[in-house]
Parts: sequence; structure tokens; C-alpha cells
Amino acid sequence: MMLGRLLSGDLPRSRVLTAVLIAIFFGLLLTPFLFPGARATNVAAKICIFIVLVASFDLALGYTGIFSFAHTMFFGIGAYGVAIALSTLGATWKALAIGTGAALMVALVLSLLIGLFSLRVKAMFFAMITLAVATAFQTLASQLSAFTGGDDGLSFKVPELLTSAFPLSPHTFRGVALDGKLLCFYLVFAAAVVLLLVMLRIVNSPFGRVLQAIRENEFRAEAIGYRTVVYRTCSSVLSALFATLAGVLLALWLRYNGPDTSLSFEIMINILLMVVIGGMGTMYGSVVGATLFIIAENYLQDLMKLASNGFSGVPFLRDLFHPDRWLLWLGILFIVGVYRFPAGIVGKLRFSAWKKS
Amino acid sequence: MTFALETQELTIRFGGHVAVDAVSCGFEPGTLTAIVGPNGAGKTTYFNLISGQLKASAGRVLLHGDDLSGCSAPQRSHRGIGRAFQLTNLFPNLSVLENIRLAVQSRARLGLNMWSIWSNHRELISRAEEVLETVALTAKRDIAACALPHGDQRKLEVGILMALEPDVFMFDEPTAGMSVDEVPVILDLIRTLKARRDKTILLVEHKMDVVRELSDRIVVLHNGALVADGEPAAVIASPIVQEAYLGVEVAK
Ligand SMILES: Nc1ncnc2c1ncn2[C@@H]1O[C@H](COP(=O)(O)OP(=O)(O)OP(=O)(O)O)[C@@H](O)[C@H]1O
Ligand SMILES: [Mg+2]
Repeated sequence: MMLGRLLSGDLPRSRVLTAVLIAIFFGLLLTPFLFPGARATNVAAKICIFIVLVASFDLALGYTGIFSFAHTMFFGIGAYGVAIALSTLGATWKALAIGTGAALMVALVLSLLIGLFSLRVKAMFFAMITLAVATAFQTLASQLSAFTGGDDGLSFKVPELLTSAFPLSPHTFRGVALDGKLLCFYLVFAAAVVLLLVMLRIVNSPFGRVLQAIRENEFRAEAIGYRTVVYRTCSSVLSALFATLAGVLLALWLRYNGPDTSLSFEIMINILLMVVIGGMGTMYGSVVGATLFIIAENYLQDLMKLASNGFSGVPFLRDLFHPDRWLLWLGILFIVGVYRFPAGIVGKLRFSAWKKS
Repeated sequence: MTFALETQELTIRFGGHVAVDAVSCGFEPGTLTAIVGPNGAGKTTYFNLISGQLKASAGRVLLHGDDLSGCSAPQRSHRGIGRAFQLTNLFPNLSVLENIRLAVQSRARLGLNMWSIWSNHRELISRAEEVLETVALTAKRDIAACALPHGDQRKLEVGILMALEPDVFMFDEPTAGMSVDEVPVILDLIRTLKARRDKTILLVEHKMDVVRELSDRIVVLHNGALVADGEPAAVIASPIVQEAYLGVEVAK
């Protein structure tokens, strides 16, 4: 019951999906101890951050039917907010709070402006407007190098409590140092869980139900009394704010931010792939999609290196499995995936469970 | 006498074409008015102007004497103008119950509530279930609206209107395309509604026997203009209807 409330009554509704979600939850929670080494923890932190980012994108795209190219812009605003605040004001919690607050304010104003000025136009034009705004922002970020570090980005210190220089305990646990870096990981993890649950609540609120109605038939939603411009604007503002918070977590974890880490167009494409692979309009889809994609992004290349070495005598196969081709393979997996599961993995799992019942 | 609903010189032009031409007409509370006219007469467009889907080129719509000119479709809905569409217009991938529940929720003005869980609002769900019962769709509550057969979609269309509980009900050919055994469900519903005598009902209907039985009054539109208005028997007998409307019907 308690769990039902936490999940806002939106249970996975499929045994397999439940198992997958539990595995992801505990896998991420225990990564620092199960897979010692900085790399695995890095990947786990990135998964947590992208779950929030993809879920916030799903809020607009999957639930409301709003497609915006400016999503990474808000991710970048969050990351730059923290980066600029911490590098100019020093590595304090206060600076972190100021950076986060300022980023949220900027994101709020920008998303509100984009929403009010352009949500009335056709979806296609809206996407184009957001693309233009996002591109302008990206240019601005690399031009204002005094402020943003330009293309090199900004490296900065975070509060000492979150660094490996801060020992929490003189002991190690299973060979893992209990230090501030570990604490930082759990901060990111906990924030991701809370933010995801908040978004899950929003989409399962009466408001969230209206968003789905608008996605299904905006005209009829108007006719039964919902002012769709208001709802669509709220949805895209919320989506932007959560993306901003994901950016805050990213900067906090990396202690660095630059245009390629948080603003690039590639990230935009990746988010889109993650939400489609996982299943649009399900929230859980972002968990599954982000996890799969980021694991693939980080480990597919290793796997391919193995395969490529194995085929070292066969030039064609060797080249085919060359680690640089990983995106090609991901593309193939993606196409097969979308073809087999048009509603995404979560959609497919839920449908199978529903058919069985 | 204040009308529940009144249109004054209501007009809309599409380019050079006048689809609704200065229609002035008042509807008394508690009555059922049938609006008839051949295809393309402007009946649906007249409804669109009243419920706010289209903006009038000229003229006004008054609800209980208040000018609605500045009101959007959602505002008109909240003020008590309800509308079922001629071309079925549902939330296709949402369940039958959810289609209705959304209308109940709108009426309860809970749409902007972001923090409660929708399924905890039991009162909205039970109200939606009640409405579902009245349109005989209880057995199909969990099916996606798009998976319903045509007749059931028409019933759901009417169900959404019932869930809004407006003061003014506008039905646009509610039984069109329904099979013979489904029609009575809808007609009974309209009959019950009429018997309550506190709702104002506008009904666009091609079937003359239905019109004759249900209506207190008939208004005839032709080429966008109001050409006849009065007691059902008198209007049906009038030469203009015989020619302009029934002539078309017979010729079909
Ligand atoms: N959005 C629009 N743009 C241009 N013309 C329109 C538009 N809507 C309606 N019309 C025209 O207005 C006229 C009236 O159409 P309307 O749908 O109101 O007729 P109707 O009386 O409802 O007919 P039917 O019995 O076939 O439903 C038609 O000639 C139609 O082509
Ligand atoms: Mg019509």
C-alpha cells in the first residue's frame, strides 16, 4: 500500500517489468560495492541522471505530445548554473543552492516564454522554434567564454563533503573507500529516485490525466472545458525544470561542465532514443531506456573490441565490429527494437501482461 | 422572458460563403428544440458558433442573458454549454471510463491538481460509472475508445456530454449511423433529460419521426439562414419545409 502511494498508484503492471525495475534499482544502489572502480560508479551515476532527464522529456513528449529540441538546453542551464556558481563563488553549499536556484529561475522564464509564444502554433513549427532557441543558446554558451569557459567548459570544486578528500570513516567496506565521493553518488542516486517519484506523481494526478487527454485529442479536451494552452505550458515548464535539475546533478557529479557534456545535439538524439526504446508515456520507460542505452554506450564498445579482436583474421568482420562502429550497432539494435516493440519495452511488457490476465 | 440561450444575428463567413447567416433565435429553458435542414445548411456550424469552436464574424451568443462573445470554448463549457459532436470525437487510446471521467473531472474543476493521485478521487470515478450505466457501456469500461464499434462510440460521445451536466445540451445527429437496436438508448436518454424540464436541449436530427415525437419546437435552417420556426406540426406542414427539407429527404 505504502509502495502503491509512493508510485502514485501507477504500478508496473507486469511481472517482468517489476523484476527489471527492481534489478535496476538495486543494481544502481549497490554498484559502488558490486563493481568496484570509478568507471562502474560513473556509469551508474550517469544512468541516474539520464533517468531524470529522459523522464522529464517523456513528461512533455510521451504524456502531452509536445516535441521540443530545447530539452538539452535546460539540462545545460542546470549544469552551467552550478558550474558558474561554484567556480565564481567558491565550493560552498550556499553557492550550490544559488546556482541551482538561478538555473531554475532562468529555465522557468525561458520555458514560459517559449511556451506562451509558441505553443499555439503547429507542433512542427514549435519543434523548429525550440531548435532555433537551443542552437542560439549553444552558440551563446561557447561565445561567452569569460563566463562559461567557452568550448573548454568549466572545471570547479564541489563542497568538500562530496569529494574523495573527505573520509566518512577510516575503514573501507569490501575494499571500497567510504568517502565523500561515495556520498556524492548516493546524493545523485537519492535525488534521481525522488525526482522520478515526483514526476510519476505528476503524471498520475488529475493534471497528468488532462495532459494525456490533450495528447489524444486536443480539440476535444478544449470542448470539455480544459484550457489546453495552460496545460501545455505547465507541462513544458515542468519538463524544463526537471531537466534543469538533472543538469544540476550532472555538474555536481562531474565537477565539470562544457557544451559537449550537457548541450550537444548528440545528447538530444540520445534522449530521444532512450525514451523511444523504453516506451513513451510510461515514465518507467525512461528508467529502462536510459539504463539500457547508457550501459550499451559504455560497454558495447568493449564487447565489440573483444569481437573485433576475435575476428582479427577476417578483415570484413574485424572492421564491422571495430569499436568505432558502436553507433552503427546501436542504430541496428534501435531499428530492430522499434520494429519489434513499437510501444517501447515497457509498452510491450505491459501489453503482454495485460493479454495474459 | 429571458432565454436560456439566445443567438442574435449570428453570422459566420468562410471566404465569400456565408455558412450561418444572421440567425436570431432564443431557446426557452426546459424545452427541446429540433434544428433541421438539408446537408450543408449550417446546423453543425451554428453549434460550433454557440459552443465556441468557431468565432462568429458578426452577432452574439447570450447564455442566460450574458454575452459570451469573449469566451473561449473551455469557458463556455464551464458556463454550462455542452456539446456532442456529429463526427465522433473521442480520446482514442484512453479507456471508455477515462473518456467520461475526464469530463467529470473537468466539471469538478480538478484539472490543475498536480499532487493528488487521480485514482484516489473515488467520487469522480463513481460518477463516471453512473454515466457509463446510462449510456449502456458499463461492460466496456476498460476498452480503449478507438476499439469500440461505431454505435458504442456514438454512445460514448453522448456519455461525455452527459458527464458534463451542462444547462444547454446540444446533440448533433446523435443517432446517425447507429443500428436500430442501439438508437432507443440514446433517444430514451434525451427523453429523460427532457422530462426533467430544467435543461435546454438543441437537437439536430434528420429522422423526421424522431423530431416529431421529441421536439417542442422546430427551427429550419437553409443555406445558413433561419427559414421557419414554430410548432412541430405547423413547421413540418409548411411549404418551405416540404420543399427545402423534406423534398431533399424524399429525393435521397
Ligand atoms: N471550417 C470551414 N471552412 C469552410 N467551410 C466550412 C467550414 N465548416 C463548414 N463549412 C461549410 O459551411 C456549410 C455548412 O456546413 P455544416 O457542416 O454546418 O452543415 P450541416 O447543416 O451540419 O450539414 P450536415 O447535415 O451534412 O451535417 C457547408 O457548405 C460547409 O462546407
Ligand atoms: Mg452537421
